[in-house]
Amino acid sequence: MFDTANLTKLIFGRLTLESLPLHEPIIVGTFAMVALGGLALLGALTYFRLWGYLWKEWFTTVDHKRIGIMYMVLGIVMLLRGFADALMMRLQQAIAFNGSEGYLNSHHYDQVFTAHGVIMIFFVAMPLVTGLMNYVVPLQIGARDVSFPFLNNFSFWMTTAGAVLVMCSLFVGEFARTGWLAYPPLSNLSYSPDVGVDYYIWALQVAGVGTLLSGVNLICTIVKMRAPGMTMMKMPVFTWTSLCTNVLIVASFPVLTAVLALLSLDRYVGTNFFTNDFGGDPMMYVNLIWIWGHPEVYILILPAFGIFSEVTSTFSGKRLFGYTSMVYATVVITILSYLVWLHHFFTMGSGASVNSFFGITTMIISIPTGAKMFNWLFTMYRGRIRFELPMMWTVAFMLTFVIGGMTGVLLAVPPADFVLHNSLFLVAHFHNVIIGGVLFGLFAGIAYWFPKAFGFKLDPFWGKMSFWFWTVGFYFAFMPLYVLGLMGVTRRLRTFDDPSLQIWFIIAGIGAFMILLGIASFLIQIAVSVLRREQLVDTTGDPWDARTLEWATSSPPPAYNFAFTPVIHDNDAWWDMKRRGYVRPLTGFKAIHMPSNSGTGVILAGLSTTMAFGLIWYMWWMAAGSFAALLAVAIGHTFNYHRSFHIPADEVVSVERARTELLAAGAKS
Amino acid sequence: MRYWKILALLPLGLALGGCNLVVLSPSGDVAAQQRDLVIIATVLMLLIVVPVMVATAMIAWRYRQSNQSATYTPDWDHSTQLELLIWAAPLLIIICLGAVTWMGTHLLDPYRTLGRISADRAVTPQDKPLEVNVVALDWKWLFIYPEYGIASLNELAAPVNRPLDFRITSSSVMNSFYIPALAGQIYAMPGMQSRLHAVINKPGVYRGFSANYSGAGFSGMRFAFHGLSDAEFSSWVENAKASGNSLGKPEYLTLERPSANEPVRYYASVDNDLFRAILNMCVETGKMCMSEMMAIDAKGGMGMAGVRNTLPLAYDKFAGRGAVFGAEPSFVAGGVCLPGDQVTRMAEDSSPTVLAPLDWTPLQGRGLERPGLMRPSKASFIPLPTSKSNS
Repeated sequence: MFDTANLTKLIFGRLTLESLPLHEPIIVGTFAMVALGGLALLGALTYFRLWGYLWKEWFTTVDHKRIGIMYMVLGIVMLLRGFADALMMRLQQAIAFNGSEGYLNSHHYDQVFTAHGVIMIFFVAMPLVTGLMNYVVPLQIGARDVSFPFLNNFSFWMTTAGAVLVMCSLFVGEFARTGWLAYPPLSNLSYSPDVGVDYYIWALQVAGVGTLLSGVNLICTIVKMRAPGMTMMKMPVFTWTSLCTNVLIVASFPVLTAVLALLSLDRYVGTNFFTNDFGGDPMMYVNLIWIWGHPEVYILILPAFGIFSEVTSTFSGKRLFGYTSMVYATVVITILSYLVWLHHFFTMGSGASVNSFFGITTMIISIPTGAKMFNWLFTMYRGRIRFELPMMWTVAFMLTFVIGGMTGVLLAVPPADFVLHNSLFLVAHFHNVIIGGVLFGLFAGIAYWFPKAFGFKLDPFWGKMSFWFWTVGFYFAFMPLYVLGLMGVTRRLRTFDDPSLQIWFIIAGIGAFMILLGIASFLIQIAVSVLRREQLVDTTGDPWDARTLEWATSSPPPAYNFAFTPVIHDNDAWWDMKRRGYVRPLTGFKAIHMPSNSGTGVILAGLSTTMAFGLIWYMWWMAAGSFAALLAVAIGHTFNYHRSFHIPADEVVSVERARTELLAAGAKS
Repeated sequence: MRYWKILALLPLGLALGGCNLVVLSPSGDVAAQQRDLVIIATVLMLLIVVPVMVATAMIAWRYRQSNQSATYTPDWDHSTQLELLIWAAPLLIIICLGAVTWMGTHLLDPYRTLGRISADRAVTPQDKPLEVNVVALDWKWLFIYPEYGIASLNELAAPVNRPLDFRITSSSVMNSFYIPALAGQIYAMPGMQSRLHAVINKPGVYRGFSANYSGAGFSGMRFAFHGLSDAEFSSWVENAKASGNSLGKPEYLTLERPSANEPVRYYASVDNDLFRAILNMCVETGKMCMSEMMAIDAKGGMGMAGVRNTLPLAYDKFAGRGAVFGAEPSFVAGGVCLPGDQVTRMAEDSSPTVLAPLDWTPLQGRGLERPGLMRPSKASFIPLPTSKSNS
C-alpha cells in the first residue's frame, strides 16, 4: 500500500536527518557538551540513587516553597543559555567589520538573537519572578500553601515544558528567525516556512498555560488566604506588587495566547488573519502582541519594585516611607500599563494625535515610578543602612534605573522615537531597565531570601564579586550601545560597513565578558555557600532583623510554614511582633491538614511537550495521541481522591521542639 | 583612586569626540528638529534625575550604619508635605514634557507637508516637492522618481533644500525606511503606503538603511543617500537616463526576488503604473488590485460570487505557500470592470486631502435591502464575470 517515502512522512512528518543541524559545528559542539554534561548528571543521579528522592520530594511536590526553588533553578539554567546567545551576538558584532562576515551566518545569527530575547523574557525573567513570588507570598501572608497546590505544580511543569521545547529547537530543527515577537508577514508561512516559528508558537503556548494558571493561583492566594488581621492595606509591599503582577498576567496572557493561536491558524489551516493577501492585516498582530507585551514588562518590574521595598526598609532598619502612596503607585502603574502599548510602533504611521496620546500616557507612568523612587530614598533617609548584598543591589538599581527610566521617557516622545526606534539606543534602554531593574531586583531578592529557603546565608565575598562584575559589566556593555544608537546604528545587524563603530562594539563585548564573570561568581557563590554552610548558618530564622511575616518562622520553614496561623496587627507584622515581645507558642499543637503530592503535573506537561513536538513537525499521530492522552490523564486525575493528608500532631510537636532547641542553642552561643 | 577613575574616562571622551553622532548632528531640517526635541526632553528630565542620583548617593553615604552620629528615626514613615512633593515634582516635569510632546508630534508628523526648508527659510509655492516612491524589496531598496520617469536601486539622490515627499511601501515583509541624517524613520509595509516629508540642507553622502529586521539579507539592506546641488542632481538624473535600463512589470517581478547586497543600478524608464501596482499587490498579471477589491467591498462586496473569484496560483514567489491543512494557494482574480474613473479614484492613496465619499449609500451587502428602507438598492457596478473562476 504505502511506499516507504509516504510511510516515513506519516511517521516523521517534516522531520528528516537534514533537520539535525549537523553542518553547524558550533551547534554540534554545544550538543556534545550538553550531552556529556547531561549524561554525567544523569549518571550521578543514578549512582547516588537520587531518582526516587527527586521524584517524591521535588518533581511531584505541591509545596509552594519547593516549587518556588524549582522555578529559580529553571530560571538560572536558562539564564546560562540566554547569556550564551548574548555572548555570541556580542562576539559577532565585534568582529563583523571591514567586509568580514564574522563567524555566524545569517541563518544562525538570526536564530540567536530571536532565542536570546525569547529565553531571557519567558524562561529566565518569568520563572525567576514567579519563583520568588511562589516562595515568598504565602509566607508573607501567613498561609500554609497557595490556594491550588496541585495547579502550582502543573504550572511549573508547563513552564518547564516550554523551556524544553526551546532547548529542543537548538538540536532538532531550528528556532524562529523573526525577532522575539515574530512580527508577520515575516513569521507567516510565506516567509518562514520552516519549523522555527512553530517552535516559537508552541513553546510560548505551552509555557503560557503555566504562567496564566500560576497567575490565577497567586491572585486567589493573596485575596483569600491572608492571615487574620491582614487587611489589604496591611499587606507587605512585595505581596501587593505580586498581586498587581498576577492581575496583569491574568489580564494580558490570554491576549498572547489568542494572537499566537491566530498566527498558528494562518500557518496551519491557511486562514488570513495576518497575511498580506486576502484582507489579512499584519498590523493587527503588532497591536495585539504589544497589548500583551507592554503589560509584560510591568509583570517583570513590579515584583522587583516589591523586593526593593522590602530590602530598603529592612536594611535601613526603618518603616517603609509612604506605604499608602507606594501601594497606589503600584496600582496606578498596573492600570496605566494597558494604555501605552502603541508606543512600541509610533513609526508605523499612526496619526499625530494617536501618537501623542500614547506618548503622554507613557510619560505619565513615570510619575508613580518616580514617586516610588522617592519613597525608597526617604526610607533610607534617617535610617541605619546596612550595606549587605541585597542593599548593595538596591542602591545600584536606584542609580541605574533612573538612567533607563529617563531614556524610556525620551523614547516615549514620538518625534524622538522616530530617530531612535529600533536602534541600539532602544536596545540599551530596555536592557538598562530589565537588567538594572528586574535582574538587580531578582539578585537582591535571591540574596535576601536565600537564608530563609536554605537556613544559611550566601557567601558575601563571592556575592560582592558577582555584584561588581555585574554592575560594572552592565555599564561597559550597554553605555556603548546608547552611543551607537545616537550614531544611527540599528539593532539585529549582523555585519557593519562603518569601521568607526567597531571600538564601541568591542567595549560592549568586554562588558559582556565582565557580566560572564559576574554570572560565574554567582554560581561560585552558591557552591561556596553550600560548602561553607556550617559557618554561614542562621538558626534564628531572622538573619537580617527583618520586618515581614516570612521571617517569623524557621529557616527553612517547615512544610506547614506556621504551626499556628499568626494574627496581624501591623503592615510590618514580624517587626510589630518582635517589638511587642511575641513569645513563640510551645504547646497545644494540632494535626495540620496539607495537600498531597501528585505526579499528574509532570505527566500532563510531558504530554503537552510531545503534542507540541508533533504539531511542530507535522507528526499528526503524535499530536493526536498526546492530546487524547492529555485529556485522559486530566480526567483521570479528577478521580484521584487522595488529595490531602494530616501532618500528625506528634510530628508538629517534634519539628517545633527541634526549633526551640535550635533557638536556645543559638541564643547561648 | 579617584584620579585614576578620571583618567580611565579620558579615552572615552576622546572616542566620543571622534565618532559621528549623526542623530545629534543631522543634516536635514526635520532630523534637526527631532534632535532638538531629544535634547529638550533630556534636559527636562535631567532636572529631576540628577538630583535623585545625587540624593541617593548622599543619603546612602550619610545614613550608613557606621555613621552613628546621623539621625535615626525608625518609625518615621509619613510626611504629607514630602508626599505632595514627590508626586508633584515628576508631575510638573511630565506636564512640560507632555506639552512639548503634543506640539512636537503634530509639527513633526511625517505625513505633514513641510512648513519650512530650514530654520530661517519658509517653504514658498515655488518649492515644489520632489516625489520619491520607495519600495522595500527583499533585501534592497527601489526608488522611483515619477517626475523624471527614472528609478534607482540602492541609491537615493535629492537636491539640497527641496522638499521631499516620500511614499513608502514594501513588497513582502515589514521594513523601516531610515536615513538618520535626513529625518526620522517610518515603516515600509506591504500593501500599505506610509509617507515621509523631509528636506536635506547640506550636500553630502549619507547612510540609509532598513531599521526593522526583515530576514536573512537584512544587514546588507543599506543605500547611500546623496544630497546634491541642483546641477549635480540634474546630472545624476541624466546619468540614470543614460543607463538604458528599463523597469516594467516583468523586470520588477525578477528584481523582486530575494537577493542581498545588490550593487547600485539605475533605470532610464519606469512603468508609470508600477508603484500603484506594487502598492496594491497586483504587479502579477491577472491578480486583482487591492484598490479594486476595496472599491467592491465599499459597494457592499460581491456576495458569494466573491468567494469563487479566485484562481489557483500560477506564478509563485520564492517562499512556501499553502498551509498544510489549508486550501490550495490561490489569489483573487482581477479583470473586474468598474464604471468610470472609480477605480483610479479609489486607488488614489491616502493623500492628506480628505476626499468626499463617492456614494452616500450606507454600507450594505449586495442584493440586500437598505436598512430601514424597503426599496431596491442602487448598486451601481457591473456584476463580475464569473466565467473566469470556472475555467
